[in-house]
Amino acid sequence: MQREQSLAPLWQPKVRPRLGQHRALNKPLDKGTLFMRLTMATFLALTVLAFASFDYQGINIYNAFLGTIDNFRVLMLSPQLTHFSLVEAAEGMLITLSLALLTTVIGAILALFFGLLAAQNLSSPLVSSLIKGGVAFIRAVPTILWVLIFAIAAGLGSVAAVTGMAFHSVGYLVKAYSEAFEEVDSGVIEALRATGASWWQIVCQAVLPTAQSYLLSWTFVRFEINFVGALAMGAAAGAGGLGFDLFLASAHYFDLREVGFITYLVLAVALVLETITTQIKVRLRVQT
Amino acid sequence: MSADYLIKKRSNTLKVLLGLGFLSLAAAFITEYDPVTGLISGLDALRWVATNFYPNEQSLTRLPSIINRLRETVLMSIAATTVAAFSATFFALLGAQTTKVNDALRLMSRSVASFLRNIPAVAWAMILLFTFGQSSLTGFLALFFSTFGFLTRVFMETFDETTASSIEALTATGASYMQIIFQAVLPASLPQMISWMLYMVETNIRDATLLGILTGTGIGFSFALFYKSMNYHAASLVVIVIVVTILVIEYISNHIRRVIL
Repeated sequence: MQREQSLAPLWQPKVRPRLGQHRALNKPLDKGTLFMRLTMATFLALTVLAFASFDYQGINIYNAFLGTIDNFRVLMLSPQLTHFSLVEAAEGMLITLSLALLTTVIGAILALFFGLLAAQNLSSPLVSSLIKGGVAFIRAVPTILWVLIFAIAAGLGSVAAVTGMAFHSVGYLVKAYSEAFEEVDSGVIEALRATGASWWQIVCQAVLPTAQSYLLSWTFVRFEINFVGALAMGAAAGAGGLGFDLFLASAHYFDLREVGFITYLVLAVALVLETITTQIKVRLRVQT
Repeated sequence: MSADYLIKKRSNTLKVLLGLGFLSLAAAFITEYDPVTGLISGLDALRWVATNFYPNEQSLTRLPSIINRLRETVLMSIAATTVAAFSATFFALLGAQTTKVNDALRLMSRSVASFLRNIPAVAWAMILLFTFGQSSLTGFLALFFSTFGFLTRVFMETFDETTASSIEALTATGASYMQIIFQAVLPASLPQMISWMLYMVETNIRDATLLGILTGTGIGFSFALFYKSMNYHAASLVVIVIVVTILVIEYISNHIRRVIL
């Protein structure tokens, strides 16, 4: 059960309420219920405020909606490449996937190292909280900003894109990895320590083999995210690949059919990646 | 036997790592990424950030306009999350195994969610730009579609996990579908659902920054403006403002989660 939860996306709470324990059934208004209502009310109030303060730029919303539906029909029903050849589109996809792969591999190697140092059961409290604080900061900065910041020094291109995205991946994976390490049975580590095993021996013989499948699963989830990220970096930071083609097709050529074709291509790859992730998760669940 | 097993496992791990290494080399070749240059320029960039990328006194005068833009982005993210959560609740009820009405509707709502979720927000933005131009609605709708797809999936999982046994019990007492939904499924799943909404707000603020750069709205537009005019002091102020906002929201979310779960 615990293992299953560690596979849920990051920041998912660890406790699941059961119906019988639901507080509202026992007491009419306790702190939990009050907080939930306050949160909901805040969400609603801010949403109303948002719609009131949106910058509509005088567009006719009704027409825009109808137009979007119309565009969507063209997009989905008659996809066609005009400015790119099929080979170029495939090449773009290959570049985007390569960017995602490189970022994930570099991020995973660094995160493995920092994740071990960030796990409370394998590291000192000071080092652990320092690293955890550091990666919380890294995660808070949107990926695109990291890429653009690195691009100032390295110039726009694959170097800036991979470095910037790897930065964010490290932030994400260190959190995921260290939590997987922290779930390793403390008895095992203690027993090994009592036999005089060194830190490296404990890590290589006990921690890594136990956490292996979770590390794999998290890394693949991150690959999925990095694929979308690589696409976005192509569009917004000129990192090349299919994202840049998409940006050109939409913002330069205004070619709906081409946007449609690229969207289909992205959708197909994303669906395959999602299926693989689900399969990995299902297999892990069966094992436990 | 066990020695064989260990050797086989080791060699399998080795094969996977070798394969991955080979793929990475191919990827580096395709994207013309040189790891050494990457490392050096990465360190260079960090040095540059330390010496040039900080707000100065002059950039502080831009703070009011930056805060204004930030407010737009935060509100947009929250609005997209709220509207998406309402629609996702409806779709997830139809799509979850435990609360489905019939299999056809279940399949339909699952496919719609999967379709919307797997088209990245960037692609949505590029599609919506045609009709909604540079208004806030472009960003809002792009965020809405991807959030809606994601929340439908996790809400379905939540419904299935939290309520399977209680639904059976309620059905046995003769409760109607609506009674089951409003008396059992939603109350039991609500804490989890709110937790996911808080998570999406954080994610959406980061995504909204990216969309803002593409569509010229919100805090992303502020950053792009200063970045392109090479006013790096002001750009760094934008980054700091975003970091503080996200950390504050993360802190509030964690506090709410601790109380409600």
